[in-house]
Amino acid sequence: MLKGHRTWVFHNQPVIISTATVGGPFEANGRLADDFDLLHEDLWLGEDSYEKAHKVLFEEAFYKAIEKGNIEKEQVEFIISGDLVNQITPSSFAARTFGVPYLGIFGACSTSMEGLALSAFIVNYGGAKYLLTGAASHNTAIEKQFRYPTEYGGQKPPTAQWTVTGAGAALLSNEGKGPAVTSATIGRVVDLGMSDPFNMGGAMAPAAVDTIEAHFRDLNIDADYYDLIVTGDLGKIGRNVALELFEKNGVQMDEEKFQDCGLMIYREGQPVLSGASGAGCSAIVVYGHLLNRMKKGELKRILAVATGALLSPLTFQQNETIPCIAHAVSIEFRG
Amino acid sequence: MANEQRKLQTKIMQEYYQLEKKNETKRPVVQNCLRAFLVGGIICSIGQAIQFFYMYFFHFTQQTAGNPTVATMIFLSMLLTGFGVYDRIAQFGGAGSAVPVTGFGNAVISAAIEHRTEGFVLGVGGNMFKLAGSVILFGTFSAFVVALIKTILIKWGGF
Repeated sequence: MLKGHRTWVFHNQPVIISTATVGGPFEANGRLADDFDLLHEDLWLGEDSYEKAHKVLFEEAFYKAIEKGNIEKEQVEFIISGDLVNQITPSSFAARTFGVPYLGIFGACSTSMEGLALSAFIVNYGGAKYLLTGAASHNTAIEKQFRYPTEYGGQKPPTAQWTVTGAGAALLSNEGKGPAVTSATIGRVVDLGMSDPFNMGGAMAPAAVDTIEAHFRDLNIDADYYDLIVTGDLGKIGRNVALELFEKNGVQMDEEKFQDCGLMIYREGQPVLSGASGAGCSAIVVYGHLLNRMKKGELKRILAVATGALLSPLTFQQNETIPCIAHAVSIEFRG
Repeated sequence: MANEQRKLQTKIMQEYYQLEKKNETKRPVVQNCLRAFLVGGIICSIGQAIQFFYMYFFHFTQQTAGNPTVATMIFLSMLLTGFGVYDRIAQFGGAGSAVPVTGFGNAVISAAIEHRTEGFVLGVGGNMFKLAGSVILFGTFSAFVVALIKTILIKWGGF
């Protein structure tokens, strides 16, 4: 049901019955290594191209989610997923492997929560009994897509972020046990004129703030309602900017409560500069680490706000600014 | 900077630009310069050593030793790029590893490695000079312009 301007409230409370996360070697050395279902020590994943390895990340996350959900592949009715490669081929090719009806989506790094919001909407209104959603990114495949060749020696500025190698998938159902998706706020495209592709956090922060404020307004709640409000990949700079924007707009926001997925994955000392990014970043942190914490009872209500920069290498070269978006999904666990 | 101003049309945008810049981690310019000096200096010293090596053992002259020296440096750069080391040196060294001929080699070789999966003709062949192509084009063009100016000055300037 639509509440306010752009928030859906899911009265039937679709349940995330299982999730799966897959990571690469760099993530295995990170802080959240224990929260992964599967970790790879080789970026190639035994394939002969990074794009194929990217597809395998998806396939493994989907298989693992189905296995953990104790259902058969044939019971999955739809797959909704996306990634950052041109024409979202890894996602579509993984869906080819499964042969399940499929909707491909693109929201850059906000794809994970865009997918979860749409999936929850469909399940809430009886559109599916079992629905699989996910997002992934692969460091070298995405760097190749958006930046220079991976082995090219270009010095990255301290504002740059590190693209995550990983996939996160969630299996939703209208019955069963687990964390429930209670509401979702769809973001609008926000562009405040930032144009540095090596500073995505600074460009995306206003979009995250816009969506979070809309979520509070539509549901008539404030930050106290949640135990944790987590953004997708704002990184160090984006997070600080967002906090300052909240203060400027008069929205009370506890600094401890406002975290960023891009700052959780890696350890101090890993050369990630401003933090992690990529479509897989919010997917693996929310579907892995945060839902695990919810199941342990550490968190009851979280708001996951995945942020995406909707640029392409072409628009950047044509001197366009970076339009950004953020989608918020509220997940609650009554255990 | 002019470019930035053109894009920041509204007041909200300008305000946000100020707010964002304040939070941005600045490039450590002095540190980068020192590192570039160090790394660039080391690379050039190695080049100099190789040049002496060719002159001493293979009887090249100072002029003719240039070609085998450049070839050796590019070969070393190729090995380091292939082993995934050069980009790490570059993150530390910045301009120091980009300006010498090894940086040019790295730009060509990294693109060739990257596009290997698309085949030898359209992949490696078509993309190898993706980054270095503009260096060659504008390098050649500026050499032409400089030569033209020199010619004109000598012919008509009477220098």
